[in-house]
Amino acid sequence: MTKTQVAALLPMISLGGSAVLMLLLISVKRMHGLITALTISGFCAALFMLFSIRPFLPIDVTGLIVMDGPAFIYTAIILGSGLVASAIGYGYLERQNEHKEEFYLLLLLASTGASVLSAASHFTSFFLGIELLSVSIYTMSAYITARPRSVEAGAKYLILAGMSSAFLLFGMASLYGETGVMGFADIAEALRGGPASPTILAGLVMIVVSVGFKLALVPFHLWAADVYEGAPAPAVAFIASVSKAGAFAVVFRFYSTAGFHSIEDVGVIFTSLAVASMFAGSLLALLQENVKRLLAYSSIAHMGYLLISLIARGDGAARAGAIYIAAYAVTSLGAFGVIASLSTERGDADRLGDFRGIAWSRPWTAAVFGAMMLSLAGLPLTAGFIGKFLIVASGVGKGLWTMVMSLVITSVISLFAYLRVVMEMFRTEEASFVNGIAPLDSYLLGILMLGLFMMGVYPAPIISAVDSLIALK
Amino acid sequence: MLVIFLVFIPMIGGLIAWAAERVGPSWPRRVALFALVLDLIITIAVLPPIPPSRGGWLAEFRADWIPAIGATIHLAIDGMSLLLVILTLFLGMISVLCSWTEIRGRVGFFHFNLLWTLSGIIGVFTALDMLVFYFFWELMLIPMYLLINIWGHENRVYASYKFFIFTQAGGLLMLVAMLALYFIHREQTGAATFGYADLLGTRLSSEMGMLLMLGFFAAFGVKIPALFLHTWLPDAHTEAPTAGSVILAGLLLKTGAYGLLRFLIPLFTDAAEAFAPVGMSIGTAGILYGAVLAFSQKDLKRLVAYTSISHMGFVLLGAFAGNELSLQGCIMQMLGHGLSTGALFIIVGVIQERMHTRDMERMSGLWQAMPRMGGFALFFGLASLGLPGMANFVAEFLVLIGSFRISVPLTVIASLGLIASAVYSLWMVQRVFHGSPSDAAPPDLSFRETIVLLAMMLPTLWLGLFPQTALTVSSPSIETIAAHGTNDRAGSMGIEEGRMR
Repeated sequence: MTKTQVAALLPMISLGGSAVLMLLLISVKRMHGLITALTISGFCAALFMLFSIRPFLPIDVTGLIVMDGPAFIYTAIILGSGLVASAIGYGYLERQNEHKEEFYLLLLLASTGASVLSAASHFTSFFLGIELLSVSIYTMSAYITARPRSVEAGAKYLILAGMSSAFLLFGMASLYGETGVMGFADIAEALRGGPASPTILAGLVMIVVSVGFKLALVPFHLWAADVYEGAPAPAVAFIASVSKAGAFAVVFRFYSTAGFHSIEDVGVIFTSLAVASMFAGSLLALLQENVKRLLAYSSIAHMGYLLISLIARGDGAARAGAIYIAAYAVTSLGAFGVIASLSTERGDADRLGDFRGIAWSRPWTAAVFGAMMLSLAGLPLTAGFIGKFLIVASGVGKGLWTMVMSLVITSVISLFAYLRVVMEMFRTEEASFVNGIAPLDSYLLGILMLGLFMMGVYPAPIISAVDSLIALK
Repeated sequence: MLVIFLVFIPMIGGLIAWAAERVGPSWPRRVALFALVLDLIITIAVLPPIPPSRGGWLAEFRADWIPAIGATIHLAIDGMSLLLVILTLFLGMISVLCSWTEIRGRVGFFHFNLLWTLSGIIGVFTALDMLVFYFFWELMLIPMYLLINIWGHENRVYASYKFFIFTQAGGLLMLVAMLALYFIHREQTGAATFGYADLLGTRLSSEMGMLLMLGFFAAFGVKIPALFLHTWLPDAHTEAPTAGSVILAGLLLKTGAYGLLRFLIPLFTDAAEAFAPVGMSIGTAGILYGAVLAFSQKDLKRLVAYTSISHMGFVLLGAFAGNELSLQGCIMQMLGHGLSTGALFIIVGVIQERMHTRDMERMSGLWQAMPRMGGFALFFGLASLGLPGMANFVAEFLVLIGSFRISVPLTVIASLGLIASAVYSLWMVQRVFHGSPSDAAPPDLSFRETIVLLAMMLPTLWLGLFPQTALTVSSPSIETIAAHGTNDRAGSMGIEEGRMR
């Protein structure tokens, strides 16, 4: 391994290193503030390392990991979101009667897993990344042991994610058995020979199932609502941003580099998954009384939209996907950040009624939450608008009319769900929430909202940065 | 550079107005009024007064926005935009004034929403980049939604939902069509751009052109509103606070008509020509449908709302007739309808504020108690029915002679709408202001209200008596559109030759 190759791994190494350091520290003495600060500096260090290897991209590391432009983008999104999620976690955990420190440990490990995923170019790193991510998320979901729902969420995720890992392994084994290779590029080479055999197709379908589970695509979405509802808000913020970014990054790379886009059936499978997710997600979101469940269904619909960029392929689609994920991460972090900051040790502020009238009693919190809802709906001034615009553009550019029209129809449907939340905030009755928001949380939410508007109003810098990175393959 | 100020001043004014609530409840109103007056001064005084020849712009602003996809912030103003921007600012001021006593709660946030809606509308009237146009198109929805949802009447939640969903659905279809146009243009020329002038020359196959045109029509047709896409309108207009109704009827509907004239017809000339018979029929049907339904309403505000459908039917008819006369009629109708219907909504608002009802069965003989108000109501009722000497007459007359060259049967049917409008207007005045006086004796118009209605009376008369002032300003834009127009051969006789009196 050369020095550059080691350097390419530095972001992941610094995340893992911080986790080990914290493990030792916790065993000596529990200090919530210090641990949070360490976590945040761990993320900052990783980000610094990431940006310092920017001139050397793309770097191929032992065939397992490739640190190229897209990997850089997704790793940056993951690190940034992880940082914000841990900051959200601080205020939230401070109010809980639990051991607080291990949460950050899990958060760091999960982020490491997601970073590995975003740079994975081989089945081994694919599997390792996904397991590292999933195992940490089981525990994060069940973190508040005093709440039965939280434990239930963890157990549910554990069982279903275990299933999906089994599928993934079986799928990988089938592909390996048929082709004899495990690197994405090698598989593409092996497939070039002729029509895919049934074993390859079966293996591929199993991988799709597993990935569909991670992204919560219909019909593999059954865990999403329960986990979102039961898991503590900072963990959900993490799942919605980091976990989705990592999973999407690896799917995008796998689909576009392993040569499967040439198999027509795979496109059909993804199209039907996308359309089903859009419709089921936005229709079921309408029925929810719980904001976290509502956001869970909304995330299902959003992952459906995101698949448009997967199928459209090409540089424009890669840009659309990356920016959509970034916008979605900012939005989810903001939305769950608000929920976390309003939550108490009794439970999360996740009923629709909890938001009644907060536009009048706490206008700034309501402004942040409202902005996030509008961003989810894809309305202008917000990042969600730019994301949705680019996605529609990539779909229209490739003539994916079924998906684009489904997007249009389901966007209108899901508007009901988001407007319901906005309307609830503007109801004139007195607010049910009176507790104040910690200063750290309010700064954080302010920054997120600012970022949301910056991306929505003047997206040129971020688009050109993404473009220049995507070219580095 | 000036054009961007036109958009930004209301935005900044809105933020200041919101903050000014801390100083005192009347300060948001003053700030809002000041911002609009300032904007109007810039519009009227600073822009070059004489419209340049065909295709030119009075003022233009261009800056990079998202270079990677070829989107620029390109705003420009020509005669047609100028008239509509002036209307926007004028009705904006009227809205601030007419809600002076009606809106008592959350005054700052109210004016913030009001000004941001106006800013979005001005953006729509000036945008020359399709993406910027879409941006403003969507931007004006959210504050309008909040205006209805927070300050509206009994059934406001339902109405605001319906308004938002309808317009958003239309808007998304337009976005898809817009993107398809963008990619087709890029394929043909290799240039990625959303610029209006560039996209104008895109060659489209007839099926594709028709599909894209329908995508745009979905957005504009909802706003105008065309018959079958109109069902949001009676609810939204009725439930909105007075200022909201004035802006909805006076301005928001005009954005649809403007989009039709500025974008749909020039961009999809062939498709629009093929669609013209359908479009004109929908317009004509809307004229009669709106009039008949207006007549059968018990709710005074709903009555006025339905008259909007009827009046905007003329705009649809004129736009698809597509010659200079009918297009000029469209512009006049936009101005005239904005003024007369806005004024009627204010009158309804005043009545509701005093009597706490909009039910016409509980009103009778109000002239006794409110003679001044009765006079104004009669005036604007007559304006609305198209009495000669007022703006609506000129507008409807122009549309009818324009469309007469295209389709005699439709024109004949559409002119029946004039009779129907006389029926509902006079019936309304008779019902509310004549007859035996009821027990309630609400106070007559206050000084402020009188000024507001007077201010709306003058331009209505002016446009009716001296329509040439406005026609001269808009004629260069209209010539450009008519050159693309659906039936330009039939309507070659321009305004200049057929001088209107």
